[in-house]
Amino acid sequence: MEVKQTTDQYYQAEEKQYSYLNLGPTHPATHGIFQNVLKMDGEIIMDAEPTIGYIHRAFEKLAERRPFYQITTITDRMNYCSAPINNIGWHMTVEKLLGVEIPKRVQYLRVIVMELARITDHLICNAVIAVDTGALTGFVYMFQQRELVYEIYEELCGARLTSNVGRIGGFERDFTPKAWEKIGRFLKEFPLVMKEFENLLVRNRIFMDRSIGTGGITAERALSYGFTGPNLRAAGVDYDVRAAMPYSSYEDFDFIIPIGTNGDVYDRFMVRQEEMWQSMSIIKQAIAKLPEGPFHADVPDFYLPPKEEVYNNMEALIYHFKIVMGETDVPKGEVYHSVEGGNGELGYYLVSDGGRTPYRLHFRRPCFIYYQAYPEMIKGSMLSDAILTLSSMNVIAGELDS
Amino acid sequence: MEGTDQEKILMVLKEKYEDQILLAEMLYDFSTITLKKDKIVEVIKFLYDHPATKFQFLTTLCGIHYPESNQIAVMYQLHNLVSNQRLRLKTYLPADNPVVSTLTPLFPAANWMERETYDFFGVIFEGHPNLKRILNVEEMIIFPLRKEYPLEDQIRDDKNDAMFGR
Repeated sequence: MEVKQTTDQYYQAEEKQYSYLNLGPTHPATHGIFQNVLKMDGEIIMDAEPTIGYIHRAFEKLAERRPFYQITTITDRMNYCSAPINNIGWHMTVEKLLGVEIPKRVQYLRVIVMELARITDHLICNAVIAVDTGALTGFVYMFQQRELVYEIYEELCGARLTSNVGRIGGFERDFTPKAWEKIGRFLKEFPLVMKEFENLLVRNRIFMDRSIGTGGITAERALSYGFTGPNLRAAGVDYDVRAAMPYSSYEDFDFIIPIGTNGDVYDRFMVRQEEMWQSMSIIKQAIAKLPEGPFHADVPDFYLPPKEEVYNNMEALIYHFKIVMGETDVPKGEVYHSVEGGNGELGYYLVSDGGRTPYRLHFRRPCFIYYQAYPEMIKGSMLSDAILTLSSMNVIAGELDS
Repeated sequence: MEGTDQEKILMVLKEKYEDQILLAEMLYDFSTITLKKDKIVEVIKFLYDHPATKFQFLTTLCGIHYPESNQIAVMYQLHNLVSNQRLRLKTYLPADNPVVSTLTPLFPAANWMERETYDFFGVIFEGHPNLKRILNVEEMIIFPLRKEYPLEDQIRDDKNDAMFGR
């Protein structure tokens, strides 16, 4: 006898079948190498299992064999959207270990560079959110501005993406007049483009419908998952390392920590947007208050002397040799230093046994910690929302996989 | 964080777990307490719930290998976001059999951190829901961050490492 099954009965039946979808590892919509095996019921995601490690480069192991000044280039390649923050965070970790006092001018210059890096990081993330909601125009506007910041980096250190900016103790050279001119130009042009970008998206009905209520997380869950940075602030917790444990003279500047309420895509977008305005205000304050003084601290054991000194001065030659050969001693100890990176608390846990290289270096990578909440955040949502959630979390593959 | 804060944490800990404390020190600006391995998770739970400490945010967790004493240290960094206090807890496990309880019921964030520590040091976190390799390939048979696995092949003879090696 034939049994007719209604649709409802079919869905209630236990032997219901799901389809499995491999999202990634290489997929143009994921902006990086992320694999998620999605368990789908039609277009609804029932479960997700992320696989990471596709670009794992063993940075923690590499760091155990490199002298301190060579680790800076490793940090570049973690969050490559805001490499200067990583570089300077690492310099500050070593300086903390050595107990070096940094001149006020260097601290202010560092704040300027770090805030420029934060702007580029947030700018890419927000531009990509716009792309994933279907608005390609804003993306192009923002990328033009990113180019201006990269030209500033070029002027400061010669590199663009993997910047390797600064040295232990300060900067390799003072900011040139050309660099100041470029910073001035950026500060003048960027607000106009930001306003245009906000006009395109902030009160745009299509964008709001698409992003409000998508990929939300509560403050409690965010905290228990170890969220930091804009993603945590979008959920309503005002934790910012710059304010909680000020480093590099952040206590001298007046800035607001924006927070959201729902922790959804729209809130994350808005928090980042406001942080860019705040970063610009910090840069302006730093330029206005910039003290005179040297552009590096007096640490001859770690700061390479200028080349003409090396050729003409015995002492400089000795220091140059000692630094390059790695014969300088560091104190034994354990030090943890954290900075507010582009996407959260970026921490360096450095164990030194007094040798030329770290005994153990552990990076607290914010992406790695909060990306594990991704399956929970996309459960029950549509496939296209999963893409949007991923880009709004600003997960950087380089940092995720270290 | 001043010394007084550390004393406060120690006072709270001594209420119940005085026998567990091996060493309390300030390392730079960071209060560090070394504990016995048996009750480490219980102690973290106690510090999580106690009204005077409330360390309810897990900043990071990692392993360190000490081949001389044949030990693997596991380091936990906790944070109280309200009073802005930080605390580092360390425990030493024998490298031959590094087993410690998992933190995942308390902090979901510990899930991947523990998987990473297992991946690189082979520390077994008892009760972990999904303890498998995370960054390395699953077929890997070594725990690469242990010191017995050098970065470069040490028996290479085409390179004189006498001056530059560690």
